[in-house]
Amino acid sequence: MSRIDETFKVLLKKESKALITYITAGDPDIETTLKLVPVLEDNGADIVELGVPFSDPLADGTTIQRASQRALGKGASLQAILQAAAEIRTRTSLPLALMSYYNPIMHYGIEAFVDDASKAGVDGVIIPDLPPEEAAECRNISDTMDLNLIFLVAPTSTLERIRMVEEYSSGFIYCVSVTGVTGARREMYEGLNGFIQRVRACTVKPLAVGFGIATPEQARQVAQWADGVIVGSALVNIIERAKDFEEMAREIGSFVKGMKRRINMT
Amino acid sequence: MKQSTRPDEKGHFGPFGGRFVPETLMSALDELEREYAAMRDSSEFRSELSSYLSAYAGRPTPLSYARRLSERCGGKIYLKREDLTHTGSHKINNTLGQILLAKRLGKRRIIAETGAGQHGVATATVAALFGLECHVYMGSEDVERQELNVFRMQLLGADVIAVDSGSRTLKDAINEAIRDWVTNVHDTYYVIGSVVGPHPYPVMVRDFQSVIGRETKEQIMEAEERLPDSIIACVGGGSNAIGMFYPFLDDEVRLIGVEGGGFGLDTDKHAATLSCGSPGVLHGSMSYLLQDTDGQVLPAHSISAGLDYPGVGPEHSFLKSTGRVHYGSATDEEALRAFQLLSELEGILPALEPSHAIAYLERISPELRNKIVVVSLSGRGDKDVHVVAEALRKKNESHR
Repeated sequence: MSRIDETFKVLLKKESKALITYITAGDPDIETTLKLVPVLEDNGADIVELGVPFSDPLADGTTIQRASQRALGKGASLQAILQAAAEIRTRTSLPLALMSYYNPIMHYGIEAFVDDASKAGVDGVIIPDLPPEEAAECRNISDTMDLNLIFLVAPTSTLERIRMVEEYSSGFIYCVSVTGVTGARREMYEGLNGFIQRVRACTVKPLAVGFGIATPEQARQVAQWADGVIVGSALVNIIERAKDFEEMAREIGSFVKGMKRRINMT
Repeated sequence: MKQSTRPDEKGHFGPFGGRFVPETLMSALDELEREYAAMRDSSEFRSELSSYLSAYAGRPTPLSYARRLSERCGGKIYLKREDLTHTGSHKINNTLGQILLAKRLGKRRIIAETGAGQHGVATATVAALFGLECHVYMGSEDVERQELNVFRMQLLGADVIAVDSGSRTLKDAINEAIRDWVTNVHDTYYVIGSVVGPHPYPVMVRDFQSVIGRETKEQIMEAEERLPDSIIACVGGGSNAIGMFYPFLDDEVRLIGVEGGGFGLDTDKHAATLSCGSPGVLHGSMSYLLQDTDGQVLPAHSISAGLDYPGVGPEHSFLKSTGRVHYGSATDEEALRAFQLLSELEGILPALEPSHAIAYLERISPELRNKIVVVSLSGRGDKDVHVVAEALRKKNESHR
């Protein structure tokens, strides 16, 4: 059982919901990422997702595009991020997931990546441009390690596709809350509850919902229906705006704390 | 081995191709694949498309014997005149096909990406013809470089959106178009301009462009009563090349694709993806790619905006791997010389893209004796006149 499975199991017993926080690794530099993870953990994050920057992030909105550019500008690479993950792992047992486009992983070598990620203490991988149909190689390798391969479902997914993702996904199922790219939004997708119920009817695996969740109120709403809430661009916006690390840590801390409190008020 | 087989059912050409996109688009691609398959086999659709291709786009285009160029290079050189189509390039073959498909799918909103503006203009043109809303994504650097085409698209009623992200060129325009499609997939059709992108686009665009090669085959048989020895076409994404090559893949004809060599393959400023790149995933499919050691995509460079792309269609990667097609390159300077040569010898201003294919003739000139060669003249050069003027001015200055 992976750390991610364990976390959901424990939370389920307490009838509480998981807060999954995303930051782009290496934004604005790897040092900051190393210092931010404990801030996320101390303020209530249950799982931390580290984004691997890519030159052509076509599933991301402008916030994460800019973060990726900042990180790449400072030389962030998959290799450096795996090293950072290993360092983080020496200090915490918090579940860690990497979110990366397929090309950097493929270029690293799938087998080498799965091997190095497992050794670094990474628990899950999310690859937004790798649908189950193309994932045979990744699955075969990750099955032999204890690395969760987390797939995504979207409101446009047919029942047939939801079933396929359900079968392939481990750790949790990532439910994309909107038809669109990542990024903070004011309004939630109207059909979200129905969509989550459609997925729920097909699975006993935990469901985490992400894309566009930016406020504690939105998080609370989503948490009524899902097992976890993923928040990314809202945090990256804070990182982008902060004048210095103290301000960043303070604001990230209070934002995460607020989110965590609200999602368990359902 | 027969080379002209279709990809497998998942859109793979050997290890290349496939579908690497966010889940949100997967159902739309399934639908597109189904509808396209149904349409491809419908005689009603085929006759509708062919009537638009002739009555609106001006097909068939001539296959012109280039007498003075032949005398100069040796051999017998024919030019397939895609420059004479409506809108001035082969791009219209594809936009007519795809927008007829979009109509059948009931989509009212058309989006497209464009580099130099040729595909944007061809899309805006057909959208106007059918009264559809049209948005064209174009890198902000290209918007500046291709002011005239931006204005043409606007005259045709399209909304041109300048893309400021990344390298602000074609690659980023495609990213942004995909993001738009992910967001508006329920009512939007994405007209991809080349044989790139997720399955079924590479197959579909190839099928629509194959009219180039089919006509060429008939025309050369009529003129020479035999097939040509060689066919040369330029390769950016590779749609005019595949369209030309595909009907000849099972014949004994030497096929040569010419990429943008920029400042030379020994520099980091070129667009020779097949010659210098390595396999990777960009814009929804697995293919050759210009990338660094971390798998980050590198910016390409070519004097021709239509070749200035760090990826290439997956079927080209496959045809490279089987050795069926030979891929070479021509530099900016060679292309420029070829541009002038064809203008002076044949009275044809070629676009800078096919100028690379013309340039390659000079390279293989010693082998051309008694040979019949067809060059795909994929577009006309009016759009490039200012780029050429600027380049020649710089060249003259440096020679002074």
